[in-house]
Parts: sequence; C-alpha cells; structure tokens
Amino acid sequence: MCQVDEEYSGLIRSKPSPISYKKCVKCKHGSAVLTIRSGDGFCRGCFKDYFIHKFRAMLGKNRIIFPGERVLLAVSGGLASSSMLSQVQEGLSHDASKKLRFIPGIIYVDEGGAIGLSTEERKKTISQLEDIFQNTSYPYHIVPFEEIFRLPASVLETMRPTSDHSVSSYKWAVAQFTQDIRTGQSRESRDPSLEDCFSGLDTRDWSQKLPPSADHTEALKLLFASVKTLTAKEDLLQTLRLHLILYVARQAGYTKIMVGDSCSRLAVKLLSSIALGRGAALAMDTGFSDPRYDDVIIVRPMRDYSSKEIAFYNRMFSVPSVFSPSLDTMAPDKASIQRLTETFLTKLQTDFPSTVSTIYRTSEKLHTAHPPQSSDAHPAARCLLCLCALDTTADDCSALHATLQSEWLSQNRGRGNSPVASGPNSAPDQCCSSVRGCATSVGGGGGGSCCSSSNQMPVSSDLMALLCYSCRLTIKDMATVATLPQYVVTEADRRKRRHVMKKEISQYLLDDNEDLQS
Amino acid sequence: MPVTCSCCGEKRAVLKRPKTGHSLCKECFFRTFEEEVHQTIVSAKLFNQGETVAIGASGGKDSTVLAHVLKVLNERYDYGLKLLLLSVDEGITGYRDDSLETVKRNQQQYELPLKIVSYEELYGWTMDAIVKQVGMKNNCTFCGVFRRQALDRGAMMLKVDKICTGHNADDVAETVLMNFLRGDISRLRRCTAISTTSEGEGLVPRCKPLKYAYEKEIVLYAYFKKLDYFSTECIYSPNAYRGHARAFLKDLEAIRPSAIMDIIHSGENLSFREGVKMPMPGSCSRCGYISSQTLCKSCVLLEGLNRGLPKLGIGKHHRLHGKILAQQPLSEQEERRLKAADF
Repeated sequence: MCQVDEEYSGLIRSKPSPISYKKCVKCKHGSAVLTIRSGDGFCRGCFKDYFIHKFRAMLGKNRIIFPGERVLLAVSGGLASSSMLSQVQEGLSHDASKKLRFIPGIIYVDEGGAIGLSTEERKKTISQLEDIFQNTSYPYHIVPFEEIFRLPASVLETMRPTSDHSVSSYKWAVAQFTQDIRTGQSRESRDPSLEDCFSGLDTRDWSQKLPPSADHTEALKLLFASVKTLTAKEDLLQTLRLHLILYVARQAGYTKIMVGDSCSRLAVKLLSSIALGRGAALAMDTGFSDPRYDDVIIVRPMRDYSSKEIAFYNRMFSVPSVFSPSLDTMAPDKASIQRLTETFLTKLQTDFPSTVSTIYRTSEKLHTAHPPQSSDAHPAARCLLCLCALDTTADDCSALHATLQSEWLSQNRGRGNSPVASGPNSAPDQCCSSVRGCATSVGGGGGGSCCSSSNQMPVSSDLMALLCYSCRLTIKDMATVATLPQYVVTEADRRKRRHVMKKEISQYLLDDNEDLQS
Repeated sequence: MPVTCSCCGEKRAVLKRPKTGHSLCKECFFRTFEEEVHQTIVSAKLFNQGETVAIGASGGKDSTVLAHVLKVLNERYDYGLKLLLLSVDEGITGYRDDSLETVKRNQQQYELPLKIVSYEELYGWTMDAIVKQVGMKNNCTFCGVFRRQALDRGAMMLKVDKICTGHNADDVAETVLMNFLRGDISRLRRCTAISTTSEGEGLVPRCKPLKYAYEKEIVLYAYFKKLDYFSTECIYSPNAYRGHARAFLKDLEAIRPSAIMDIIHSGENLSFREGVKMPMPGSCSRCGYISSQTLCKSCVLLEGLNRGLPKLGIGKHHRLHGKILAQQPLSEQEERRLKAADF
C-alpha cells in the first residue's frame, strides 16, 4: 500500500531463520555473514564481488568517463567517499580484470572554519587524512574552505559545453577526447583570462603551508553567523563548497569530479530538495551525472549503494575513514529541513522497507538532460549561485505568482496603490521582498528605487532577480549579503550591467546566441 | 505597544498571517484572502460567465469557507455563476451524519440548493459495511475512489458545468509528498494542476480555487467570520499513509512557513524524461466511466466487495480484469490471496 506497483502477498510467511544458518544465495556453499535487501544472505567473498561489480557496472553503464581522463575524487573522509576511494584503487590496480582507465586525483575541503573547530582539531583531521591519501599514491589537494574568499568571479561564468554528449556516440566522444589530448589543444571553453591569482591555491601539503589567514577565517565565521537558519547554512555551505571544488578541478586540469553520495543520502537529498523548492533542478542534483557546469561534469558512482552496504563493506574489509563533524552534527531532529527529512525517511523506512528504493527509482525517471530551450530561443538564464536554469518566470497561476500576490496584497496601503510604494513603517525585508516581486516580473530591470528609503540592503533586490527560487530562500535567510564572498558580488554586478546593456540595444540584436547571453 | 496592520496602517493588527508573517487587521485580512482567491480564479481562468458550478461540500472548514468566499466573489466581481452545493454521504456513523447536518445548515445560511448523493444508493455499500469487510488498513482507498465517482454522478444528475472542491495548499503539498514517496510518476505530473481536463463525455471538470490558501489561513478566516463548520477527523483514518506525509509537512511548516508553497512550486516544475510509461485515458468496459484500464477502479473494488474478496483492487489486479468481465469464478489460489483482510 505504500507503493503503487506493490504486489500483495497476503499469506503470512513463517518467521525467517537466523542468518547464521543460511547459505549464501550466490555461491550456495559459503555461510552467509550479512543480509542485503531483506532476505538475501551473502558470504564474505560474494559480497565483495557484488560490491566491486556494482561500482564497475555503474561506471560502465553510463559511459561518461573516457579512458585517460583526469578525474577528481571529492573525499570528505566519511564512510561513503572513503569507500569510493578504495573502489577506485581496486579498479585501477593491475590485477583487476579489465581495469578502469582514468587518472584520479583527490581533493579534501577542510570546513573546520565554517563549523568553528580549533586549529589543532583541524590539523589532526588533516594529518589522519594525509596518511590515507599518501597510501593511495594519487596526487591530492587539501584546501581550506577559507579559500572561497580568494576565488575569482569567473568560476560562476557559464561556459560553452565542450561537446554535446547526448548527440554523439561514446566511441566518437572518446576519439575526440584522445585527439584533444594528443594534439595538446586547450579546450575552447577555457578562457585565458582564467589564469589569474589562483597559482597559490594548489596546496599539496596544507600543514606545512601557513594556515589560512585569520582574516579569512574571521570572514568565514561572519558569513555563517549572518545566516539565520541552519537550513540556509547547510545549503550555502554545499553550494560554496562545490564552487571551490569546481575551481580546483578547472585549474588542475580535471574534467570530471566524482562525489560519494550514497542511495540513502540521495533519497534524503531528493525529498529535502522538494521541500526547499528545487523541483526544477532535481534531476541535476541527484542524477548520475550533473552537467550544470558545462566543462566539468559531476559524477555520482556510489548512488546505487545503501548506507548499510557501505558501512558493512568498510568494516569487513578495513577501509580507513576519518570522522569529521559537520554543521548538523548533534543538531536536534527539527533543527533544519535536511535534518528533519533524514529523521523522517529513516523512520518511514523501518515501517515501509521499500521507501528508499522507490524514491531512488523515481529519481531515475527525472529529466537528466540539459534543460530544453525555452520557446523564444533564449538559452535559459542560469542562477547565480547554483548554476541551474532559472525557474522563476511567474506564469499566470503558479505557486510563485501566488506568493508574490500575497506579499503585495499584505502590504498594500489601501486600494489602488502601485506595487512599488512603501511607507516609512515597513521593515526593510518586507520592502525588499515586495520589490523582489516587481523585479521578477520586469526581469530585474527596475527595482532599485524602492530600497532607497532603507539603505540597509541595497544589493538585495537586484541579487534576488539573478537567483533561482530556492537560492532566493537561502539568501532571504541572511541578515546581510555584505558577508558573501567577493566573487559572488562581483559576478552579480557584472550580470546586472550586461542585462542593462542588453536592454538598451535589444532592438538592434538580430540573434540571441550564447555570446550575448549574460 | 500595539502593532498596526501592515496593509492599511490604521487599525490595530489582530492576527499574523501564517503565509507571509505580516500582521493584519480583521478587515484587511478578509479582503486580502478573498482577493487572493479571486486572483487565482482569474489567472487560471477557472470559470466562465453563466456557468453552473457545484461546490463539493462536506461540512468541513474548507468547503464551508469555499462556499462563503465563492458566494461573496460571485456577487462582488459579477462572475455570473449559478452556485449549488453537492454533498456525498459515505455512510460513516458518527462522522458523516453529523457533518451533513452542518451542510444542511450551510444551505440555509447561504441560500444555495443542496443535493446529497450516498454510497448506499449508488453502490449498495456504506463505508461502515466496507470497513467491516476490508479492515482498518486499506479502507481509505475505497472511500476515495467511490467518492470521486459519486461526485461526478451527482454532478451529472444536476447537469452542472464544473465542480469545485475545497482542496487547500496543505492538501496539494501533502499529495505531492505522498506521490513522491510512493513513486507514482503519473500522479506526480497531474496532482499540481489546478483543474482537471475533461476528456470526452461523461466527465465534469473539477477545480480547486483554494489551491494557494494555507489551511491555517482558512481556519483564521472561518474563525473571524464566525463561520460554522464541523471539525472531527474521520474515525477510520488514523492508519492512512497520508498521515505520515501530513506529519512531515507540519514539521516542515514549523521550520520554514513558506515550505508549503515551495513544495507546490517544486511539484509544478518537475520535469520527466520522455519515454516514461504513462497511463492513457480510456473508458471502463462495464460502466463507461473514464479509466486507463479495461475496468475502472470502482468496478474492480465493487466486484471485490460483492464477491467477498476485499483485497481485489488493492495491489496488482490487471490480469484478473478479463475474468471479472466475463463473470468467471477465480481460481482457488487467487481467491485465497484476495481474501485475507487485516484488522
């Protein structure tokens, strides 16, 4: 009854016998040591084969990784990403049959500054991780989160995609790729203006280098202190961290990023994304490949594994991992939307064991290709922060339209006032939110006048026009946007200026191609 | 220091809007609420001039407020609609007969004609009898499927052009969550639509004018307007799956009040891959009602009840449609599987 297609068996089954008396369902003679998927016992060897095979099958089925490509593994030290690291090692080792062929690198982002850990704690975690990384003998980058204050604005620019993956066949794409490598051509999307102040960021050995400047750590603390709710904090942390990883990948020449999101984690992410208003971007947030950053593709090879399988594998085969606290560690159940969703799903899963797999299957049916072109031949504008297509055209009769209406009507000072009017009694955030309404409907063009009476957040209304629905909610939860890293503000200003420019000359433009799109 | 209404700036504010957090006085709240419903109706083009519209009235807060607001807006903005109340009697003692009294009172207060259709006369079964056979777990399926057809049949008897129901924003958000949790892609696509499309004859389109109104605001409106309604939970509902989605939604609303609208926004913007199999509308071979299978769900459910096989209709049963149509008895194994009821 919890699932549309469920087959109802009706008869009462006899109580299943304890696991230790059962035989492995695969090889039929080893004794089973653990249960997968309610009822199937596996012995040690078969479980290992099953686990490794799933990883390979995941990569092989979605043929996204080209041989010889450089892939950056984003490792947080947790169970899933450590497991992913060990799987990559397995796959690339010489004695594997049909071994994987790509060139890995590792990145770890140290978020201690955002959470408020002391320097000693951070150093300890880093040295533990370094031991693990050095054992793999892959190149690694340990990057403190404070580096977001040194990112250039170009990280948010929308690039032209290097190739149209959906059209060309895999073989053709591989041929193109190897040809590019051989002739040493730089990719057409890499702008030469990207080679700027980043050279100091390639930190191979963080503990030897000076820790990030106290100014930056202070700024980071201020940034997260200015966000009022834990929900928005988590959202902001994830977005900014992704920008950082993306930048390192671009600088060091990686074309793919592998992230260790497990099935259970993704189910929580799906449900909380719906609650956050990210329905339009669901496919990209949780699909196998995430093409929103056109030149670097994010890949999720662990998405088929449940947390239980990963935990058992790590335990049985001694995969090293390091626990580091995050923003919502030890937070109460209802502290944030993400935390609430996790609790809810875990509880629901105990009553209805097929919940997580149902959600997973639903996510596979979501649209994973690039968003289709809108009817008037504009390439869709992208959100400033999450770089997904904007979903904020307030169509007649949509939830967004209704919300804007409510906001306006609740502040309407008597009948017949224009939407932009505001009196001296209105609080600044109300003022800006009503301006947000008209900013949307005129496309970000003219909303600044309303905020002149309250000079607390002059950026806010224009910033809102550049964001998608859920990023707006995150920014709305911030007390002030002045604490955002510089690159976000710079890019926002640049887009605004381009938009104004375009409006001025719009009647003379013959063709809206990507060069002109901001 | 008393807070002034943020809308008119003159009177003292008596309530805080759950939707936006603004403080409003009574009159401004009424006006804002009614205006929002009007905007929804106008922007979605729900009604046309001169149509006859049946309001699905259960006697609960949503339908009471809906009836009141529609009557007010019909006069204020001259929709030109002819309104009537349509109520369904499922035969649940202690619940439905009380709420029906409320509907009869509404009829007198608003001076609208009322028609009551009952499961007894349409199908020959009351919900009490159904629960006795089916048990406490899957009975909401029966009630929901039968009610939908009952509303349509009642509407056809009255010869109306449209039906409108009092589904509010919380209901729509719960439906999105529930369909997502159950993996029901086809419903996910359709559940955020404000009105159903009418496919062919025999089907009256229905709409939800209160789709963007929060449940709490509906209660606030009814409270301040001193509207009379019946407010008890259905006695058979505690085990419904929807309860989980509802509890989750309440918690979400406590963390972030705009979550309800955010979920509706997400639901409206979901995009699905082409090639995902979707059911196509056809019609039932037995009763002619709209259906994507050979037999419509209510025929299957009824058949199960009449044959004493309560599980027919819950779970997969497509393979049995042929047998049911041909009035053949089912095999012994099939019968055994379908008989077990859980209490």
